[in-house]
Amino acid sequence: MRMETPLGRVRGLGSAKSGTHGWWLERLTSVSTFLLFIWFLVSLLRLPGLDHKTVVDWLGSPVNAVAMLLLIVSTFWHIKLGMQVVIEDYVHQEGNKIFLLLILNFFTIAAAALAIFSVLKIAFGKGAA
Amino acid sequence: MHRNPSRPLSPHLSIWRWGPHMLVSILHRVTGGGLSVVGAVLLVWWLAAAASGPKAYATFADYADEWYLMVIWIGLSWALFQHTLSGLRHLVMDVGAGFELTTNKFWAMMTLVGSAALTVILWLYILGTK
Repeated sequence: MRMETPLGRVRGLGSAKSGTHGWWLERLTSVSTFLLFIWFLVSLLRLPGLDHKTVVDWLGSPVNAVAMLLLIVSTFWHIKLGMQVVIEDYVHQEGNKIFLLLILNFFTIAAAALAIFSVLKIAFGKGAA
Repeated sequence: MHRNPSRPLSPHLSIWRWGPHMLVSILHRVTGGGLSVVGAVLLVWWLAAAASGPKAYATFADYADEWYLMVIWIGLSWALFQHTLSGLRHLVMDVGAGFELTTNKFWAMMTLVGSAALTVILWLYILGTK
């Protein structure tokens, strides 16, 4: 039996100094996602329709394309951070937890990459046409 | 989990009378999860279809107009409003405000009322201009 308190075991080791980093980034991305979604919903509602030509013309403008790219990065980052907290809170079995975190990271990065490439293809295609 | 099963657990979910703050708390996670999966898939599908060309976009648009997708669009818009409003409430609580019992309960209720109202207004506007 170790004659040592839990506090004694960790005293002097110092903290990782990054304990609140994920928490802070989740708040940061929540605010940026909030602002970008207001722009996104108002823009969609102001479009005359959501047919292919209208949507592609709209995304073809540099300002809209960049705002959409920022929205994608902000949203998927927020998804990654939020879902990670949910998984860590409810999945206690270590193997399942690591597996789900792996899937979460793959899913968010792949989905964001596909969305970013799609916006770039539309925006650059517009400029060349 | 490093829990000693012979130790008693503090009674939690089953013993508390349900209040709006508990409902809003779990709804924040449920709506966040729904938006993360269903919302993200539909957003990426929409963008990828638009980038792939008119034919792929028409396939997306045909699905998007189906009645069961309409149910999902309305559900997603409600989830977005609910998650946004309770998210704003969380930002206020993060600075240490709004923890008094009546204030906390009032704003929890307001996120539910607000998300329902915003969803109705949004769809009346969309269906009205269509």
